Amino acid sequence: MYVAVKGGEAAIDNAHRLLAQARRGDPAVPELDVAQIREQMGLLVDRVMTEGSLYDPDLAALALKQARGDVVEAVFLVRAYRTTLPRFGAALPVETGAMAVARRISATFKDMPGGQVLGPTFDYTHRLIDFALAAGGDPEPAAEAEPDSDAGQCPRVTDILGAAGLLETSPPEDGAPVGDLTREPVDYPADRALRLQALARGDEGFVLALGYSTQRGYGRTHPFVGEIRFGKVGIEFVPEELGFPVPLGAAALTECQMVNQFHGSGAVPPQFTRGYGLVFGQSERKAMAMALVDRSLRAAELGEAIVSPAQDQEFVLAHCDSLQATGFVEHLKLPHYVDFQAELELVRRLRAEHAALHEKVETPIREAAE
Amino acid sequence: MALAGAATLAELRDAMAAACLAEEAQDLRAPETGLVMTRGRIGGDGRAFNLGEATVTRAAVRLPSGETGFAYHLGRDRPKARLAAILDAHWQAPERRAAVEAALSGIVARREQEAQAHARRTAATRVNFFTLVRGED
Repeated sequence: MYVAVKGGEAAIDNAHRLLAQARRGDPAVPELDVAQIREQMGLLVDRVMTEGSLYDPDLAALALKQARGDVVEAVFLVRAYRTTLPRFGAALPVETGAMAVARRISATFKDMPGGQVLGPTFDYTHRLIDFALAAGGDPEPAAEAEPDSDAGQCPRVTDILGAAGLLETSPPEDGAPVGDLTREPVDYPADRALRLQALARGDEGFVLALGYSTQRGYGRTHPFVGEIRFGKVGIEFVPEELGFPVPLGAAALTECQMVNQFHGSGAVPPQFTRGYGLVFGQSERKAMAMALVDRSLRAAELGEAIVSPAQDQEFVLAHCDSLQATGFVEHLKLPHYVDFQAELELVRRLRAEHAALHEKVETPIREAAE
Repeated sequence: MALAGAATLAELRDAMAAACLAEEAQDLRAPETGLVMTRGRIGGDGRAFNLGEATVTRAAVRLPSGETGFAYHLGRDRPKARLAAILDAHWQAPERRAAVEAALSGIVARREQEAQAHARRTAATRVNFFTLVRGED
C-alpha cells in the first residue's frame, strides 16, 4: 500500500517543465503538428482510438503528441478526456455489410461477390527499409481502374456460407439491454457482448499474444480467416428529442470474421463455428486477434474443456486492459515507505530469531533503507 | 444533415455566403460536445455489443423567421455544428430550400468525386488468386 506524502511541489513542477522540453526534442527540428500525426501516423492513431475506446482521430493524434508517442499514456489521456463529456446515448449498431470497402480479403473463398480487394496493405511488401523515404518526396500516384459492375456490393462472406447452413448463425438480437463495462463492473461469467467490448478496447499486444497462444495449442480452435474488411461505415443515432435516426457521419472500421473448426452434437449437425473482431480504424492484426480470442472464450458455451489462459474469461477480461494493467504495475513507483518499513522490521526480527535459534553470531549488516 | 456532417466549416461558410443566408439565430441548444456509444453486432448481424464511444457535437437553433434546425455530427467542431443547424433551419423554409440545396451542391460534387476516386483506386487492387497444383502426387 502506498501512502500520502507531502512536499516536492517545486521539483514536480520542474520535472513537468523538463518533460515539455523533452517532448519538443531538438528545437532545431521542426515541431510536429497534430494534423501531421493524424495523416502520417494513421495506424498509431487508430490504435489509440481503439484502445482508448473513443473514435476521434484528431483527439487521438493530439494525445499521441502529448504522450511523446507512448500508446498507453495516450490511451490514458483519451480515457480521461471522455470522462469529462456527457453521453448523449447509444448509436444504432453499424451495418458492416454496407461498408464502403477499402480492403476486403478472404483466406477461405477465392471468388466472392464484390471480389477481393487488397487496398492499402503491408501484405506482400518485402519489408526492406526504404531509405528513399528518409529524403521525403511525393509518392507515385495510386493506380486507378474502372470498378467492376459488382464492386461496392460486398455481402459478408459469413452470410453467404450461413445461407447454406454450413456455418453457425450469429446469436440473434433479443432486445436485451446491452452490457456496458464503462458503466457497470464486469460480473463473471460475462456474456459474449460484454467480452467483445472488453476485447475491442483491450491491449493489442496482450490480445495478440493470447490469440497466438491458441494457435500454438493452448486452446486450439483451428481458425480460418473467413473475411477481413476495412472501410468506412455510417453511424446513425436516434436523438431522444427527434425520435428518428440521424446520420452522424462515417467511421473507419476493421472487421474480421474467423471461421473455426466444425462442431456438432446429437442435436446439431456438424457446422463451422465463428469468432468475431471489430475495431476502430485500420487495425487488422487487432481485429484478427480479437476474433481468435472471442472464439476461444466460447469454450464453455461449445462444451470444450477450459484448460488454457485464452479460454479463461476472467483471466482474459481482467488483464486485457492496458490502462488498468499499467495503473497497477506503475503504482509501484509511488512511495511505499511505511509498508516497506514494516517489512524491514519483520525481516530484522526473523533474522534475530533465526540467529538465536542457530546460536550463531552474525556480522551486523548495515541496512541501506533506514 | 449527412451532407453538413461531411462538410468542412469553411465549406459551410461558403454555402451560407453563396445562398445569401443570414447567420442570425437563437440557440435552442448551444453547441455541445458529448459522447455516443457506437455499437456493432456479434458476427456482423447478431446481437448488439458496445464497440466504443465517439465524440459527437450537437446544436439546435431557431431563426428569427421561426424555423428550427439541428445538427448532430461526429467530432468536436462546435462552430460547424451551429452553422449546420442554421443551414438546416433555412432548409426547413420552403422558399429557401432550393437556395440551400444549390449552395450545398459543391459539397455533393466533391463527395461524389472523392467516392469515385476511392472506388477507382480500390478497384486497381482487386485481385484474382489462382490455386496451383501442389507437387505431392
